[in-house]
Amino acid sequence: MANKEILICTGTGCLSSGAEDIEARLVELLKQHDLEKEYPVKEVIKKTGCLGPCSLGPTMIIMPEKTFYGRLQVSDVEIIVEEHLMKGEVVSSLLTEDSHHHPIEDYTQIDFMKGQMRIALRNTGLLDPNSINDYIAKDGYKALHKVLTEMSQEQVIEEIKTSQLRGRGGAGFPTGLKWEFTRKAVGDQKYVVCNADEGDPGAFMDRSILEGDPHSIIEAMTIAGYSVGAGQGYVYVRAEYPLAVKNLSLAIEDARLAGYLGEDIFNTGFKFDLEIRVGAGAFVCGEETALIASIEGERGQPRPKPPFPANSGLWGKPTLINNVETYANIVPIILQGSSWFNSIGTETSKGTKVFAIAGDVNQTGLIEVPMGTTLREIIFDIAGGIPGGREFKAAQTGGPSGGTIPPEYLDLPIDYESLKKIGAIVGSGGLIVMDDRSCMVDVARYFLDFTQDESCGKCIPCRIGTKRMLEILERITIGEGQSGDIDRLISLGNTIKETSLCGLGQTAPNPVLSTLQFFRDEYETHINEKNCPARHCKALVGSYTIDPEKCVGCGLCAKKCPVEAIKGEKKQPYKINSDKCTVCGVCVTTCPVDAIS
Amino acid sequence: MLININHRQYEAQPGQTILDIARANGIEIPTLCHHPALSIAGACRMCVVECDNRLVASCTTPARDGMEILTDSKRVIGGRKTILDLILSDHPLDCMTCEANGDCKVQDLAYQYDLRESSFGSKRESRFSIRADNPFLEVDPDKCILCGRCVRVDHEIQCSYAIDFVHRGFDSIVGTPFEEGLDGDNSTCVFCGQCVEMCPTGALTYKPSKGKGRDYEFQKIVTTCPYCGVGCQLELHVKDNKVIKVGSVYQVGSPNPVGETCVKGRFGYGYVNHEDRLTTPLIKRNGQFEEVSWDEALDYVAQKLIQIKEIYGSKAIAGFSSAKCTNEENYVMQKFIRAVVGTNSVDHCARLCHASTVAGLARAFGSGAMTNSIGEVEESDVIFVIGSNPTENHPVIGSKIKRALKKGAKLIVADPREIELTGLADVAIYQQPGTDVALVNGLMHVIIQEGLYDQTFVEERTVNFELLESIVAGYNPEKVSAITRVPAKDIIRAARLFASANKGSIYYAMGITQHKTGTDNVLSLANLAMLTGNLGRESTGVNPLRGQNNVQGACDLGALPNVYPGYQAVNLPENKAKFEKAWGTQLSDDIGLTVVEILNAAGKDIKGLYIMGENPVLSDPDQNHVIAALESLDLLVVQDIFLTETAQYADVVLPAASFAEKNGTFTNTERRIQRVRKAIDAPGQSRYDWEIICDLAQRMDYAMSYDSAAEIMEEIAELTPIYGGIHFDRLEGTGLQWPCSSREHQGTKFLHQGQFTHGKGKFHTVSYIPPAEEPDSEYSYLLMTGRMLYHFHTGTMSRRSPAIDQYEPDAYVEINLADAKRLGIEDGERVRVTSRRGEVETYARVGERVQEGQLFMPFHYAESPANRLTNPVLDVIAKIPELKVSAVKLEKVNM
Repeated sequence: MANKEILICTGTGCLSSGAEDIEARLVELLKQHDLEKEYPVKEVIKKTGCLGPCSLGPTMIIMPEKTFYGRLQVSDVEIIVEEHLMKGEVVSSLLTEDSHHHPIEDYTQIDFMKGQMRIALRNTGLLDPNSINDYIAKDGYKALHKVLTEMSQEQVIEEIKTSQLRGRGGAGFPTGLKWEFTRKAVGDQKYVVCNADEGDPGAFMDRSILEGDPHSIIEAMTIAGYSVGAGQGYVYVRAEYPLAVKNLSLAIEDARLAGYLGEDIFNTGFKFDLEIRVGAGAFVCGEETALIASIEGERGQPRPKPPFPANSGLWGKPTLINNVETYANIVPIILQGSSWFNSIGTETSKGTKVFAIAGDVNQTGLIEVPMGTTLREIIFDIAGGIPGGREFKAAQTGGPSGGTIPPEYLDLPIDYESLKKIGAIVGSGGLIVMDDRSCMVDVARYFLDFTQDESCGKCIPCRIGTKRMLEILERITIGEGQSGDIDRLISLGNTIKETSLCGLGQTAPNPVLSTLQFFRDEYETHINEKNCPARHCKALVGSYTIDPEKCVGCGLCAKKCPVEAIKGEKKQPYKINSDKCTVCGVCVTTCPVDAIS
Repeated sequence: MLININHRQYEAQPGQTILDIARANGIEIPTLCHHPALSIAGACRMCVVECDNRLVASCTTPARDGMEILTDSKRVIGGRKTILDLILSDHPLDCMTCEANGDCKVQDLAYQYDLRESSFGSKRESRFSIRADNPFLEVDPDKCILCGRCVRVDHEIQCSYAIDFVHRGFDSIVGTPFEEGLDGDNSTCVFCGQCVEMCPTGALTYKPSKGKGRDYEFQKIVTTCPYCGVGCQLELHVKDNKVIKVGSVYQVGSPNPVGETCVKGRFGYGYVNHEDRLTTPLIKRNGQFEEVSWDEALDYVAQKLIQIKEIYGSKAIAGFSSAKCTNEENYVMQKFIRAVVGTNSVDHCARLCHASTVAGLARAFGSGAMTNSIGEVEESDVIFVIGSNPTENHPVIGSKIKRALKKGAKLIVADPREIELTGLADVAIYQQPGTDVALVNGLMHVIIQEGLYDQTFVEERTVNFELLESIVAGYNPEKVSAITRVPAKDIIRAARLFASANKGSIYYAMGITQHKTGTDNVLSLANLAMLTGNLGRESTGVNPLRGQNNVQGACDLGALPNVYPGYQAVNLPENKAKFEKAWGTQLSDDIGLTVVEILNAAGKDIKGLYIMGENPVLSDPDQNHVIAALESLDLLVVQDIFLTETAQYADVVLPAASFAEKNGTFTNTERRIQRVRKAIDAPGQSRYDWEIICDLAQRMDYAMSYDSAAEIMEEIAELTPIYGGIHFDRLEGTGLQWPCSSREHQGTKFLHQGQFTHGKGKFHTVSYIPPAEEPDSEYSYLLMTGRMLYHFHTGTMSRRSPAIDQYEPDAYVEINLADAKRLGIEDGERVRVTSRRGEVETYARVGERVQEGQLFMPFHYAESPANRLTNPVLDVIAKIPELKVSAVKLEKVNM
């Protein structure tokens, strides 16, 4: 059976939900059923990078018919082999249903994929990242060939400028301009750097691209190297991404062997090579000057700008630094043209943006949508809405540097400018959805706790200022808020934003200021009434208790409790240990008889 | 371009920051992390200003044409106040007991912005503990505001990399490797104290001065360091006639423009107010010193000298002048010996360090001093360090070399030992001690053979190239390798690297000079520099690093037996006539004796010896011989600040003033004449050296009196062409570098521009001659002597400076691990080192700094005097002893 391919997602998400067991079982069954001739394991089974719908993992796509099986159990594999592979019959019980409960076969048509437009993620989940041939089969290295043989440096940069691509790392600086600055900077040696130090909690698009489509980054960086006049590139990946490092290393070796890296690429005399630098896990190293310091072997701390890296970056040389997702857009722009690219998106923000959606939504994962898509489309159409029919309360974009978006902005078309206007940011694309059980004071505290911990300590406003803000938030969440605390937070937050050295400090107060903007009453209730309206802050609401009259002793609550705070005998009333209870509320929703309050 | 600050226009240059322009125009902007000598950190954010409706850090923001800046808007003040408020929330408010009270920028700003305490609550509990694990510095991290100035001065100026930030965010702290402390095994701290100077708060303080006074209580006097020849400018902090601590001086154009100094300059002042200081004249009667009056002591000395002169003639008397004393005192001393006593036998310890430099460079170039200036090393592109250990013995120059390397310079190090710079070298050479002529000839062989020499320079500026060519032809790398034990490939690499230099400079010290072939060694280096055209330009040259604060000046001012001040030969009739006229007396035609010759003649031709500020019992070779010589004299007068090992043998001891107690000048290794300024009164009855000698001269019926050191310098300027333009009123600031012929002359940064002092440079043919004493079956180890970072010369000063002596209290001998193993010697054990001249017990320091078969001993320690072992054999030209090579036995002392 020609062209038959079985794609098993082995991105980090599916690996953790058991993809390897699925694959092992599949190999075993192919052998058992003597199907190896028809389905030669090495050719047919492709372990791909992440497709995106992580909450549906482990996933399998059977090509060419594009059949998508999700949430697979090891036991499901046998049915797939016997029905789908042997008889050619789709196993409809294993298909994913749409919102109307219709089973959908074609992976591109499932709700999670249907509304997407995949440019940066065009290959992830659909090819074997460890196979350069897979990449070449999808027009890989064609753009590099085109650039090196048909285009001048100026033409490439012009193309990128016309595409109006903007940096996907957070700040949204026009990419073409950055390339042009670096090209025009005076220097005997220049560098190209890829920022893969994806630190925002929840965001993992850069990881997925490196894991699932590493050659696209190698190709784009080589194009960038040609355009700005650099012979050496560095990919700075965080150590927490071992699979990305592994797949990228292999891809670099393969690209060298194939002649796409190294001396005299495509016989044009152009030489370019790449090295991986593994970061030690500091969030601040995602800031470009800190990242550069870290590559140099110095302590990862930001440096004052100007000078900007384009003029004085790595070892004081002109340096182009873009993040992974930005590079992932380069090859399609070269191949399909800037006018194609700039026809997508909004007036000021062209192309697509990848979001890592998490939190209180039915389907979490990675999605890529055109700029200008509304939050409502993302959350309700693609991610399947809020579980349990609860109410949407807010979404946090841009991770700890971002802001919260209240329900009134659900229909706001998302782009760099629109989010900025309401105090949020696109950022690197973390998107955390919260339902009505989320306490916004605690959300702010959570994010500030993160940034405060990740502050490098170099400048005073960030180092001490975030600490003091956090202390204020902490006391509010435990009912010790003082009058004036809100003004104190706003004033200190604004000073930190205005006076901090780098982007980390300049954005750290955002979650606080933004929740204060939209949910000030929640803060006031905490401070004035010593009460948490979302029933979340433990010190204010106490712990949950089980009404022994109502409890039927089913034990479901104890089973679901993530901190094992509930104990009891079957058929006897259960009890909650308030010391252990984190007031997460899982038990409340689980209880079939509403005995917990 | 023009920028607007607070609605007024100011001129701005490209590259200037807003802060630069504001400060240049007297507009106040507060900073905590900024320092003009350091890179810009942008860490404290106190310097924010309003620009285009944003707050920006003025220290990092470059000026743009037409910029509108507000430095004191409500928003700016609000931002600064909040930052200060945050600092105070994490800073103990214990100003009342803080060492830095009155010298703390946080305190000043809190006062200025009227913040009594933090609105976020005060810091009630310490988050860290105080670290004071060494005798020099105390670190209180609770007071640290993490401005990073200490880290930057350590990395950028001192280049020790001893400290850096550790941990992250609010837990950040300035720390040391593995949290071992500054004195830890892995610490590279050299206790230069520059971090303390940079600290804007009380986080870093000096331990020895703790509790002894605060900034506003001190009188501060800028003067020149009394230790090595770098001539660092120091600020003595004085209270109640005591030197309490030493601060940095930041002065462009000085040898240490960004406040550098070493552990000795910073902490080696304890001797000044030490209880051991001599306070009254002493005469030895019946083997015991008795305190006497000045009149009695000086009458006694005058009468004895007259007596010796009458019985044995002037030549029976000699004088040791002093490289520690001022130029003016050296001038007076040599004048006394020449004009009053009537002999040229005046010499000083330069004989033991750079006599061969003076002789060698004078022969090659016509002038025997460092050709270039200290600061120029930072712009050299290849630096050749041979027989010099700058990071220990001239630490401020050592740091400058490291800075040059950071800028991309290449380094060749030739030293028998693994010194710190060896580890940083592009080519590291470990030549066998005493084989330098062969090594340098080998380098020149390769350079000529490969056609890498500077043909134009050789043709236009030098003579005798053919002679050089013929002699070095016999030194091919293989032959040189056999002599020096340096692999031939390293000789070739070093030769090519040095020849490739655009600005190549040679730095050397006693590893070159203290040999019986010392003059030959110096001539070889002069040959190499001429061959490669590295003379007469900035950042090139042959640069001897001089060991004593004023050894250059003592030589310049004629404390040498063959020359009057300014290297005017005593045996030239016109010189003699000039000085006879000036001094109003008859002078001797004969060249006098040198230091070692004087001691050799003691008791025989020499009956009386007047020693000013020298300690030959520890500094001269073959101690037993020196002691016997001193004991055989009819009269030994020692004028010093302590009862030194030498003074113990004196008949009369005269108490003198230390550097902190007098005015005058020192001339540093780069020929820079710098002021020494009186900071405190001399103890007891001690007097200035020049005053004592003048008083003595009067008692010997020679009219010699001056009102001040400045007046002596006027006389020097009149008689000494190279000092012709030196007057005290011209020496404020950075002093002047000789030659400086007239009041209008601005001094000379580097020598031999366009032509050499004596016209063309002369190549000299030098052949390799082995050291006088080589290891044999009985004395099977080769002993080198030298110095180490913490102590100085004969230890009279550094060992009386408590912090230093506490840190480095014991003498030692460096032994190679393999030798130690063979002899069963463990690190720290007692060993005995014996030469044909004596034996010494000391502690073993086992490691790999010395090669197998070689030993190294510092000579600072009276209890284990290395010079009891050394060989007094002399260089025939310069009369310098071969202190660097002696054959010794090594054995373990069984306790």
